[in-house]
Amino acid sequence: MLSRVANSLYWMVRYIERADNLARLIEVNERVLLDFGSDGREETFWRPIIASTGDEELYFELNPEGLGSVVHFLTSDRRNPNSIASCIAQGRENARMVRDQLSESLWEEINSLYLFVNSDASQRMLQSNRADYFSALRRGTFCFHGIASGTTLRGEAWAFMELGRYLERADKTTRFLDVAHFLPPEYADSSDHWISILKSCGALDAYRSLKPGPVDRSGVAEFLLFEKSFPRSVAYCFDRIDECLHRISGTPRGGYENSAERLAGKLVSELSYGTLEEVMEKGLHAYLDQLQSGINDVGGEVFDTYVLLPDQLETTPAVEVTTVSAVAAWQMEQEQQ
Amino acid sequence: MLSRHLAHAMLKRLEVHARLMFQGYEPGKFYDEMFSSAGEVRTSCSDVLEKFEKMTDDEFERRRAACDEHFLRQGVTFTVYHDDRGTERIFPFDPVPRIIPADEWENLEAGLTQRIIALNLFLHDIYHDQQIVKDGVVPQYHIDGAKHYRPEFRGMDVPGDIYIHICGSDLIRGDDGQFYVLEDNGRCPSGASYLLENRNALKRAFPEIFSGSRVRPVDTYPTELRKMLHHVSPHREGDPVCVLLTPGCYNSAYFEHCYLAREMGIEIVEGRDLVVVDDFVYMRTTKGLVRVDVIYRRIDDDFIDPTVFRKDSVLGVPGLMRAYRAGNVALANAVGTGVADDKVIYRFVPDMIRYYLSQEPILPNVPTYLASEDEDRKFMLDHLPELVVKAANESGGYGMLMGPTATKAELEEFRKRIEADPRNYIGQPVVSLSRCPTSCDGMMAGRHVDLRPYIIYGSEVKIVPGGLTRVALREGSLVVNSSQGGGSKDTWVLRD
Repeated sequence: MLSRVANSLYWMVRYIERADNLARLIEVNERVLLDFGSDGREETFWRPIIASTGDEELYFELNPEGLGSVVHFLTSDRRNPNSIASCIAQGRENARMVRDQLSESLWEEINSLYLFVNSDASQRMLQSNRADYFSALRRGTFCFHGIASGTTLRGEAWAFMELGRYLERADKTTRFLDVAHFLPPEYADSSDHWISILKSCGALDAYRSLKPGPVDRSGVAEFLLFEKSFPRSVAYCFDRIDECLHRISGTPRGGYENSAERLAGKLVSELSYGTLEEVMEKGLHAYLDQLQSGINDVGGEVFDTYVLLPDQLETTPAVEVTTVSAVAAWQMEQEQQ
Repeated sequence: MLSRHLAHAMLKRLEVHARLMFQGYEPGKFYDEMFSSAGEVRTSCSDVLEKFEKMTDDEFERRRAACDEHFLRQGVTFTVYHDDRGTERIFPFDPVPRIIPADEWENLEAGLTQRIIALNLFLHDIYHDQQIVKDGVVPQYHIDGAKHYRPEFRGMDVPGDIYIHICGSDLIRGDDGQFYVLEDNGRCPSGASYLLENRNALKRAFPEIFSGSRVRPVDTYPTELRKMLHHVSPHREGDPVCVLLTPGCYNSAYFEHCYLAREMGIEIVEGRDLVVVDDFVYMRTTKGLVRVDVIYRRIDDDFIDPTVFRKDSVLGVPGLMRAYRAGNVALANAVGTGVADDKVIYRFVPDMIRYYLSQEPILPNVPTYLASEDEDRKFMLDHLPELVVKAANESGGYGMLMGPTATKAELEEFRKRIEADPRNYIGQPVVSLSRCPTSCDGMMAGRHVDLRPYIIYGSEVKIVPGGLTRVALREGSLVVNSSQGGGSKDTWVLRD
């Protein structure tokens, strides 16, 4: 398979997963605000969200007047490369580049998701009935994953798609857990907060069925980090990532052939044998930070191993820095007689 | 009161239903592809016409809409130029086919074959000894002045000695019923996917018009294309690796690139997928580098290798020209073929046929005046309102003056342009393109059409029986380009 195709499939799914996670996070936070935000404390609750997605700086650059535009910034602001609309657009752009690799219905689904987030109808929903917007979006992304899973050959393409999905999901789960770090302590330790985090991960029911009793920081951290049977936990995601990487290279699990596999294997074992005590000793925030850079490193190594191929090339190609729009302009300029 | 209205409305409906689809169709003073005169259907078209007339207007309309929907769902779209948002549109499709009888096609096939052979001999000559210049048939300054001439490639042998592997010649039919070659597109001709998809759409929506119609199939095009690519591979051992090089998904023809690559079963690649190591071209795959033997490129010469041509191009492949010169990779079409489809050089194609093949041209050119020649220029400037003036190196209907419909200001503007840069302009008499019945707002009306067959030059010359018939949907318009409000039709070549 062409490296670029692998890369596009991987990013197509990553962007859809990113949009899905973001939608959950905003939706849950909005509900929390209904309970706690009445006394002008919006800032207390929105700032951690944009801090955890890593876009705080961009937000204040675009909106120096304050936090009034957060929802717009996170949902339909195309100037924010991580907004829901931007993620869906980039996912669809990647799909377009590998159009010949996708099933008809998968292309149609991602295309209609794109048409939805760009439609007047979705803008109206955002104004008047956000719950409908988020639920339409979640349905769309579920549908996308469902069609993908039902129509894609279980070959290399599928492995790269799964890789994208679980790397993104692992990253987002760590970020959800980290929201508490940016909250005032009296709220960060409340069970309300941890319940909302579980809801963001669609994990509340699963959690309750495994862990009776109050919902608290350590319980949620343990569940979302180490619970191997829950499909959004970091441990589950890394088990999948490790499996995908070995499926791609054809080497048995337990060993490694490239640094992507080595790094992923290390994280798998850490998540298998690590304990909550170790996490708390280190501090949850510090632990998550380390985990996030581990996830980034795996992503980087996947890119180097399968897309850049540095082992086989003395020099990487001299692609000069140009903006995307300049490249698009050149592509359009190519005369087709 | 009410009942009278109702009765009136019902009567009107009956009238609509009773009117036959082609009844009252007016062929006008043009050559009509279906009617020899008002009410007189050409014999090759009578079967299909009868079948259409069995449909009600509503049914016809419903099926036409089904074609459009098919194109939209499949993503058979093109991107509009000069639009930052990359808006995608479907290419309007008209279900009434354009029909070419067997004997006419036979003549076209012979004429186009003769032409592509002469063009390839010309390109070989121009990039080697330039005998045709020495013998005074084509003046040196026309060659040197052609924008797409690449003198740096003189002396280089290309794989298989083929330059134009795929040619999309534009043909028009005049009032006299004669086909003329309007231009030879020998760089990156596009539209072949529409030729195939139009046939698919029509078969799906109007299957019954095909029964007993003796239409020759067109679906061998991708196979012929692949055969040609294999033929020009510089490496004899094993199965050659062929790829289609696309500028990327923002290009107006991106759909076509995906479509053809999928149909041929070859990879579609962008410049960044390819890398040159030790003068061989490789593609980067997840299993490492894989050597590429043949590139069907849909990128202009200027962008294909930033180390040789445009330095800032990220669409191309650094070092590709080195590999090409070393004979390690074949390009279809070759670099520098644009000199042959320059509109000034076009004027000399009939002379080339006589010069290289000692034959008379089977398909005539449209008479062409060169502004660079004093006498021609004087004629052009004196007769500007009667002529079509074209820039020598533009395509897609850009940089053109339609004398008879131009405003005074436009005429003045072109007068100045011609005087300032005579090498870049040619003039031709207005040929009133033939017309074909076309469904317009629920009525059949005559609209002007052209024809672009696709000629493939590999181990032999192959022309898929058919082509892309483009139709100017605006009443009276002679401009068929998709960028200027054109649509297309399925083209039927009949068996004997």
